[in-house]
Amino acid sequence: MSSRPELQAPPEIFYDDSEARKYTSSSRIAEIQAKLSERALELLALPDDGVPRLLLDIGCGSGLSGETITENGHQWIGLDISPSMLNVALQNEVEGDLLLGDMGQGLGLRPGVIDGAISISAVQWLCNADKSSHEPRLRLKAFFGSLYRCLARGARAVLQVYPENLAQRELILSYAMRAGFAGGVVVDFPHSTKRRKEYLVLTCGPPSLSTAVPGGKGEDGESCSDDESSGDEENQTVSISDRHRPRKKQKINKKGKDRGWVLKKKEQMRRKGNVVPPDTKYTARKRKARF
Amino acid sequence: MRLLTHNMLSCNIKGVTNGFPLRIEAEKVVEKQLEINHDFLRNIFPKIDWKAFSDASRIMGYHELPEEPPEPSVLESDAEFLGKFHHALLELHLEEGALICPETGRKFPVSKGIPNMLLLEDEV
Ligand SMILES: C[S@@+](CC[C@H](N)C(=O)[O-])C[C@H]1O[C@@H](n2cnc3c(N)ncnc32)[C@H](O)[C@@H]1O
Repeated sequence: MSSRPELQAPPEIFYDDSEARKYTSSSRIAEIQAKLSERALELLALPDDGVPRLLLDIGCGSGLSGETITENGHQWIGLDISPSMLNVALQNEVEGDLLLGDMGQGLGLRPGVIDGAISISAVQWLCNADKSSHEPRLRLKAFFGSLYRCLARGARAVLQVYPENLAQRELILSYAMRAGFAGGVVVDFPHSTKRRKEYLVLTCGPPSLSTAVPGGKGEDGESCSDDESSGDEENQTVSISDRHRPRKKQKINKKGKDRGWVLKKKEQMRRKGNVVPPDTKYTARKRKARF
Repeated sequence: MRLLTHNMLSCNIKGVTNGFPLRIEAEKVVEKQLEINHDFLRNIFPKIDWKAFSDASRIMGYHELPEEPPEPSVLESDAEFLGKFHHALLELHLEEGALICPETGRKFPVSKGIPNMLLLEDEV
């Protein structure tokens, strides 16, 4: 059986009483979720003025992510589909207000009232069809549309996600963009299977300087971008894809795409986890014109 | 659930054009003390729908808020007002009861302080 919880049962079934207790009492999980939440708050880039803001925690679960919001001095509203997870949050006397709800049905919030949103390890659940009535695309659309509406102009949403594959990440991101968000994906530790973490960093409103996607974290603290200019394979670098930056024109010399170009492209695809044929002496070999 | 959250919630049943404010049915209200933070109150004030807020506070059994929205200047000068605003916004919790959609009359139960906002399939 798959180790992905998303493939085992719908979230409100998977996170039952025993799973909710297990989840919340594991110090390892608590530590990971706290770290992810700290990073999400950092990427949220709220003004550094000490003023507590009203934030949303989407898929708040038992309140591990919300506790980080509280520690940072902000007020929050948490939404989750699992009554068992919310019960544990109650037992832990979290400071935020809790709502039982399904983000895939859209957030029932007034327009422009929320100062920022985080979501930790939850949004990938929307990519599954758990009921016959579920259409992931419609649910993503309802979620991102309502998230966009309830955020104040210029506010950010930072969603840490575990997409199953590249296509799922693209699907999530494309629905965010369609809703009107600017932004992209920040990947921390892109070359480490264990530590790799992805955050959708979304800004509400038209693209501007302030919507530029910040750099991710790598072992060496360096960052570089995910496009053709992307550097050193040996380095633990960090990828960013930013949808509001004009795509770099591919440099194609007069001879067309040579072997070096093809090898580099194939390497990039491998790094993204795609299946790519091995490099051989035939790779990018010139074909006879009559072929 | 506190009135802060109530003031942001709106019913999103398919076809509903004005799902705000949800009417409160209060069966049990509890008070929990929270340290006052003036910066938060000033920041949130412009986003509060005052009428919905002051109506809701009365349903929750608190009668100290003015019905008319106060001038923003009171936030700077009037410590007594700030205290009342803080209390109604952040210290009153709806523990048991319901939220009712103003347009459809659909009831969202509130139990142990948590509103159940899950929609039925034909409401999405
Ligand atoms: C891995 S837990 C993370 C919980 C919390 N954010 C944390 O960091 O500990 C994922 C949570 O997402 C919730 N979730 C999944 N699908 C959801 C949906 N459609 N609407 C609301 N919550 C959902 C689950 O119930 C679960 O509590």
